[in-house]
Amino acid sequence: MKKAGKIFIELITVVLCLCYLFPIYIVFVNSFKNRKELYENMLALPKKFSFEYFEIAMGKMNFLRAFGNSLIVTVTSIAIIVILASMTAWMLVRTNNKLSKILFMVFVATMIIPFQTIMMPLMQVMGWVSDKVHIPMVDTLGGLIYMNVGFGASMAVFLYHGFVKSIPISLEEAATIDGCNKFKVFWKIVFPMLKPTTATVIILDVILIWNDYLLPRLVLSSKSLRTIPLSTASFFGQFTIEWNLAMAGLMLTIIPVIIFYLAAQKYIVKGVAAGAVKL
Amino acid sequence: MHGGLEMSRKRNIAWYALFVLPLILVFTTVVIIPFIIGIGYSFIKWDGMPLNPKTFVGVDNYIRLFNDMKFLTSAGHTLLFTIISVLVINVLGLTFALIVTNKLKVRNAARTMLFMPYLIGGLILGYIWKFIFTDVFNSIGNLTGWHNVFFSWLLDPNYALAAMIIVTTWQMAGYIMIIYINGIQAMPEDIIEAAKVDGAGFWKTLLHIKFPLIMPSFTICLFLTLSNCFKIFDVNFSLTGGGPSNATEMMAMNIYNEIFSSGHYGYGQAKAIMFFIAVAIITLIQVSITKKKEVEM
Repeated sequence: MKKAGKIFIELITVVLCLCYLFPIYIVFVNSFKNRKELYENMLALPKKFSFEYFEIAMGKMNFLRAFGNSLIVTVTSIAIIVILASMTAWMLVRTNNKLSKILFMVFVATMIIPFQTIMMPLMQVMGWVSDKVHIPMVDTLGGLIYMNVGFGASMAVFLYHGFVKSIPISLEEAATIDGCNKFKVFWKIVFPMLKPTTATVIILDVILIWNDYLLPRLVLSSKSLRTIPLSTASFFGQFTIEWNLAMAGLMLTIIPVIIFYLAAQKYIVKGVAAGAVKL
Repeated sequence: MHGGLEMSRKRNIAWYALFVLPLILVFTTVVIIPFIIGIGYSFIKWDGMPLNPKTFVGVDNYIRLFNDMKFLTSAGHTLLFTIISVLVINVLGLTFALIVTNKLKVRNAARTMLFMPYLIGGLILGYIWKFIFTDVFNSIGNLTGWHNVFFSWLLDPNYALAAMIIVTTWQMAGYIMIIYINGIQAMPEDIIEAAKVDGAGFWKTLLHIKFPLIMPSFTICLFLTLSNCFKIFDVNFSLTGGGPSNATEMMAMNIYNEIFSSGHYGYGQAKAIMFFIAVAIITLIQVSITKKKEVEM
């Protein structure tokens, strides 16, 4: 009797969780339907699984291009954030002077500035850099990457700073006595030890940068540079939405996220928890 | 001897610069400088056109703010939305966490499913739910005849706000759950066992043993949900677009529209600075509470 009750609870839990994901079910089933079938019954399974609408949506959203752009921006931004923030944080911890303390405080304090507060002046500054210094910051992926690094700096420095403080300095001292310069000490000895924090930074920034909409919208105007959120928004910005195509488009954007999630689930859950607890 | 010391000091400064300067440069140009000149922009009147004049108007923009009904209603909506969302998200997140930390076989699968919405960006989530709240709800209404529940929610101001809360909750609850799970798992097993041995029931254990022990997680979750909901933009943009008739236009969106749609660069920036001050106040209150708690422990 008790065993039956337990199985019942397990079953209920699974059913409730599946219900929780019903919006994704709605997207899934309707992405295979034609317009008429969709309006007949939006909750039913499709009569046949044809990938016709995926193909059309892919073309309309310029999906592969957008996916490529998102990938370039996310990977490059995060690589630079990891490299620069870990170096900075290590130096700030190991050089214990007033300047280091002030710099660290500025990084932490600016974390509370909402994006909306700096978006307009940021675009003015970047426009000025493009016009006067002739470094193309506006409407280039490079410019977007540069700004992503700027916005990602604080949190990454903060997380690395906390971790570096907890690792003993003796290994580094030994390496210095053996004749390693600071560059070597950092990359050969310190950076490998920072792995857990690096994983956390990567996970948190993937979620932030991959899904970011507002900054890319302000920076990029060319169609060919659109990231996934931008191409989705322009797809939905058209006057009459063909919902079956829209669902196929949404499914396309969700699939990479689900694959990433299932592949790196353990790290994602750990990283998100670690990041939140330290903030 | 002295020369050697001087050399090594110089070398250390060079290393320091090499490690720290690149990030400082990027950070300064992206965050610090725009923040500072942003304060300057809030005192001028300008339409954003480079050739048009920027007129200094002093604190006029800030005075105007307090008579701007659209901004004040937007602030009101944001506050209402934030308070309800924070409550619902935390109750749901904590409930989820309590369920999936039970000794169930399916607990890992459950966690995986509940956390998933958080990974899909707010923009995409908004579009998914837009379809549900309009066409799917209409269709269910037609099938069941329950037209008083299943109609286009996004056309009614109150229901549209409720829709915003539901979607935000759906996005955040699994995320908050993860943090509560961490807190619950950090609880010393023996204390709970001891309480059970002493005859404490489910509710007693929950209220008197578990809740006090997860207070630190509670503070973190409260802060995260508070600042996330207060600054919400993506879901707002894709789900309701601020409508119907501005009933769901949150502050972040109001600022965006004021600057980039209406072309009021100076006035919009003044709003943005006020927004920053509001966020800063919330954060400082939160931090001071957290600090106090730490002292008590």
